[in-house]
Amino acid sequence: MSETPDQIPIFPLWPGRALRLAPLRPLQLGLNRFVARLAREHPKMFRRLGEHGAKRFEIDPVDLPVVILLEPREGAPRVTLARATQPHDARIAGPLAALLGMVHGAYDGDALFFSRDLVIEGDTAAVLALRNAIDAAELDLAAEIEALAGPARGMVERIVALAEKRTGVALTRHEEAEAW
Amino acid sequence: MEIVCPAGTPAALRAAVKAGAHTVYCGFADETNARNFPGLNFERDEMRESIARAHEHGAKVLIAINTYPRAGAEALWHRAVADAAGCGADAIILADPGLLAFAAREFPDLRRHLSVQAAAANADIINFYAAEFGVKRVVLPRVLSVPEIAAINAETDVETEVFVFGGLCVMAEGRCSLSSYATGKSPNMNGVCSPASHVEYREEAGRLDARLGGYTIHRVGAGEPAPYPTLCKGCFTAGDKTGHLFEDPVSLNAEALMPALQKAGVTALKIEGRQRSVSYVSQVVRNFRAAVDALEAGLPMPEGMLARLSEGQAGTTGAYKKTWR
Repeated sequence: MSETPDQIPIFPLWPGRALRLAPLRPLQLGLNRFVARLAREHPKMFRRLGEHGAKRFEIDPVDLPVVILLEPREGAPRVTLARATQPHDARIAGPLAALLGMVHGAYDGDALFFSRDLVIEGDTAAVLALRNAIDAAELDLAAEIEALAGPARGMVERIVALAEKRTGVALTRHEEAEAW
Repeated sequence: MEIVCPAGTPAALRAAVKAGAHTVYCGFADETNARNFPGLNFERDEMRESIARAHEHGAKVLIAINTYPRAGAEALWHRAVADAAGCGADAIILADPGLLAFAAREFPDLRRHLSVQAAAANADIINFYAAEFGVKRVVLPRVLSVPEIAAINAETDVETEVFVFGGLCVMAEGRCSLSSYATGKSPNMNGVCSPASHVEYREEAGRLDARLGGYTIHRVGAGEPAPYPTLCKGCFTAGDKTGHLFEDPVSLNAEALMPALQKAGVTALKIEGRQRSVSYVSQVVRNFRAAVDALEAGLPMPEGMLARLSEGQAGTTGAYKKTWR
């Protein structure tokens, strides 16, 4: 596990530029397929949200020209991509590298908040529940994408490994998350 | 010395054991424990499984049932004690005398530790808990200096456990009502100090306001570390002076005092942070296990690297070295 760094790596600029022009609907469809898989594979993560499973979370990667509205809907999650802020109960904003690093256990969420790399607004309890639920689930987003990639799995693995090496961004989980 | 490490989830418990924790403490997902935070803590099946696995790896697990039962709702706390025994806990950490009496009567073989929430800060009261309820260990409140801890150890056979790292409560724990004043909820009765449900952050042009129960507790400028709005670490204006009345928004780091605490007769060193992430638990436990091993081997203490993980990104030795006392 890496230490919490003095500086969060900077995500490359080109995905943001590409997103400015790209239609969001196909990406949103892919993201919804992805979170449906997360709901199937990690039902406890959604149970941990408790009453906050019905809230709307706006996740704002500040280096991308989109916001992600995540509605856990108590285990039937929905994701909406938008170019401007949406009605929400809680908002979490920060560099994409910080958000991904937190999901993958590379950074401590509280430390990112204390250092103001992350900004939270709105329903603080809902943010805390989401953070705790994701932390407990020990997600590996790259592994989940690879599982959806079918025969292209090997290629996706290689792309993720190369991108991680080039950028320093925690795109996958490195701490041993396997059973005891 | 034994290091006693926090776990808010099964993942954190596993991380703590893998990082070298001798002992892990945790709680059930309800108001029976003083870290009753959203998304945190253990269901019964998770507790049973986690304890079994920790035992396979030679680590002990303590279950904190350290809030004060509400009158008429004791059954929830009694069930927690029974389930802790059923899950195979090595000890339970209790604060309420009634619950201690229940545990001693119904589960005499289940080891009992006295929670910091009992605020037992002198040898007389510690010996009382030992004589009446068979308490084997006391978690000392964070208001004592090292010489005071040594004096207590000289007058009791009860093991002492002290906090060495993490969130710093500067009050007589279990007696503090500051959170209740602002929010109606307290760690003593509800398991939450300054609950997140009453916390609000507002950022405008780089300035961050941290509010609790509608009151602005902190206001920091761009680039300054963000605080959590607890009243005891709030910034207040009185007369013409503005400042932190009780304590700065800092965390405890008594790593450098470990040799002195060992000499003072302390049995166990406690790390705060059941509400923190797996990443935090892993880093802090690894750091303290290395420090304890170095101390036991008579080697120089490794340099700590934990400041960034702390509230206010700054550490203090708290009351252990408070010269004004």
